Amino acid sequence: MSEDIIISLDHVSKWFGEKRVLKDVSLNIKRGEFVTILGPSGCGKTTTLRIIAGFETPDEGNISIGGNLMNDVQPHKRPVNTVFQRYALFPHLNVFDNIAFGLKLKGMSRSEIETRVMRVLKMVSMTDYEWRNVDSLSGGQQQRVAIARAIVNQPAVLLLDEPLSALDHKMRKDMQIELKQMHKQLGITFVYVTHDQEEALTLSDTVVVMNNGVIQQIGSPTDIYNEPVNCFVADFIGESNIFNATMIEDRKVSFMGHEFECVDEGFGENVPVDVVVRPEDIYIMPKTDKGQFDGVVASCIFKGVHYEITVNTPDGYELMIQDYNPFEAGMEVSMIIKPNDIQVMRKERICNTFEGEMTDESHVEILGGEFECLPQEGLSAGDKVRVEVDFDKVDLTDDKRDGTCEGDIRFILYKADHYHLHVRAVNREYIYVDTQDVWEDRDIVGINIRPEDMRITRIEEGAQA
Amino acid sequence: MKKLFARLYLGLILLMLYAPLIFIAVSSFTESRVLGNWTGFSTKLYSNLFSGEMSNSGLMSAVNNTLLIALIAALVSTLLGTLAAIGIFHSRGRRKNVVMFLNNIPMVNPDVITGVSLFLLFVFLGVTQGYVSVVLAHITFCTPYVVLNVLPKLHQMNPKTYEAALDLGATPGQALRKVLIPQLMPGMVTGFILAFTMSLDDFAVTFFTRGTVGLETLSTFIYTDARKGGLTPELRPLMTIIFIVVFALLLIFNIRQERAAKKKALLK
Repeated sequence: MSEDIIISLDHVSKWFGEKRVLKDVSLNIKRGEFVTILGPSGCGKTTTLRIIAGFETPDEGNISIGGNLMNDVQPHKRPVNTVFQRYALFPHLNVFDNIAFGLKLKGMSRSEIETRVMRVLKMVSMTDYEWRNVDSLSGGQQQRVAIARAIVNQPAVLLLDEPLSALDHKMRKDMQIELKQMHKQLGITFVYVTHDQEEALTLSDTVVVMNNGVIQQIGSPTDIYNEPVNCFVADFIGESNIFNATMIEDRKVSFMGHEFECVDEGFGENVPVDVVVRPEDIYIMPKTDKGQFDGVVASCIFKGVHYEITVNTPDGYELMIQDYNPFEAGMEVSMIIKPNDIQVMRKERICNTFEGEMTDESHVEILGGEFECLPQEGLSAGDKVRVEVDFDKVDLTDDKRDGTCEGDIRFILYKADHYHLHVRAVNREYIYVDTQDVWEDRDIVGINIRPEDMRITRIEEGAQA
Repeated sequence: MKKLFARLYLGLILLMLYAPLIFIAVSSFTESRVLGNWTGFSTKLYSNLFSGEMSNSGLMSAVNNTLLIALIAALVSTLLGTLAAIGIFHSRGRRKNVVMFLNNIPMVNPDVITGVSLFLLFVFLGVTQGYVSVVLAHITFCTPYVVLNVLPKLHQMNPKTYEAALDLGATPGQALRKVLIPQLMPGMVTGFILAFTMSLDDFAVTFFTRGTVGLETLSTFIYTDARKGGLTPELRPLMTIIFIVVFALLLIFNIRQERAAKKKALLK
């Protein structure tokens, strides 16, 4: 392992009961880096932090800090300190005793403790507050005490669990700047957990994007923003237009019924891909024959600095565009997208694939439900099969009782002319659905697939292993 | 008119509640051996009580036993109840509900049944009947009250403070002592006071578990005394004093709660 790696997670997995909250997470954090773990709630980011702090132990894989294996090391013996969400200050102690808590445990002399506490109080601009009761402090002040309490112990790594989430917008901005300065001043490693993408982009040297317990992408803020590796990252970080596209050949991609030049190579020819274009990267102008494609303005909203314009194309695509100039609703416009601004991403999958079992020759069990299929010659009950279903061939019903099995919607992605949904079926497997209908996150739905839309192949016994 | 009636009604109820206590308190300041006769103001009964005049009757030793048993029972059940509450708080789902249910049953169980069943258990286990069995019995019925008083404090507490202590280098034991216990203290104090008073006034359980060694607490002493015919007059000042002490404790307790509520309201 390299000398400047301070924290290393090596193929870490974690289960909470049946649920696997971390799936094979590997992550190296360099000494002195400001790393942000970013993701929606429930993505596993806090669990990752708790594994580093020692409040959770990995079920699989290893965690090392400073080159030492830490799997079984108790939290109080780790060279890290945490700033907790909602602070977790000790309400029965005053500011001074809160901050001195760790130092007193180390058996430091009274005078040494006093010097150190005063130094950090100065650092977080809380001098003269040392004898105050922590309950009498404002949210921002409590936050400062929480930070002071952690850094006074001079840890090798400071862990911050959504430390600014309880503060109002203005205060959050100020604290971001202070945190950044503090990081520079202390020179220690910061590991910061947040669901706020703007915070992540502003603060970090490196951003780790997580979803469903899996690391999606690790990179610098500009990398993450400009070159997202998949639809989830593109959608989660900033605003974006995401399209189903076909890579025709190197440097040529087709979407919205048009061909565009791009800068990506090496995807192959006629390969289905996803394309993301940021709203500020689409050039909009009154209708002219110099544009690559045309459309009609549906709405235009002033956002302070820029206007947010929604444009419909004749082929039924809806685009979001940001521009400094207003365009009236109903106006005919032309658009240009430059090759540099088209980000091509490999598709994670191009159709649904399930493994299931025949229950008789015209029924197959997948997703925890028994689906009717076309009669399968040569297959009988108990045979293991692979079932493929295209995204747009899945029907969702409002009433879960109308479906062959039920599921709940876990993720919704708008793809310019349709929605791409991730639906979790009763057996916790995911089915991916393309639909024109509007659904809401966490809706409970029924799932139906027409018999003729299932492609069934036998899984050979020998091939299973 | 309506208001006057309401006040009269309230006054009547309070009078009925407090008349016996006032009666005892008043008659503690006279020398008459017969309760209800007023033979002039005197503090003789009080001086008898404290001068050692009563040492032969067993009253003072009964008082000492009562206080000692109540103190030990309250201390031990505060400790046990607090640990139990922490355990219950951190268990989940079905197990939590079952344990809470089991915790609540002894409180609604009639004392006679608790007393008889503990008596049978102690005989079966061969526990010495007397001090030990009475203290054990009192701990048994006091502990659930402590659990009920500590649990809300755990719910109010930020559970992350325990982890914060570990994070700052405290061992689990240090975190318990320096962070958890101080935050639970108000609930533990309330639980202790409740346990103390529950033990103090218990009759049924003590009666069944004290065995035949002649251990008397205040309640069993009064019971025996009354059956001998007529109450010892010195009980009147004793009861008055106990009432005043309990009243004072309750007052302190209520003022404390009021203050805590006010402080909380101010913070919000």
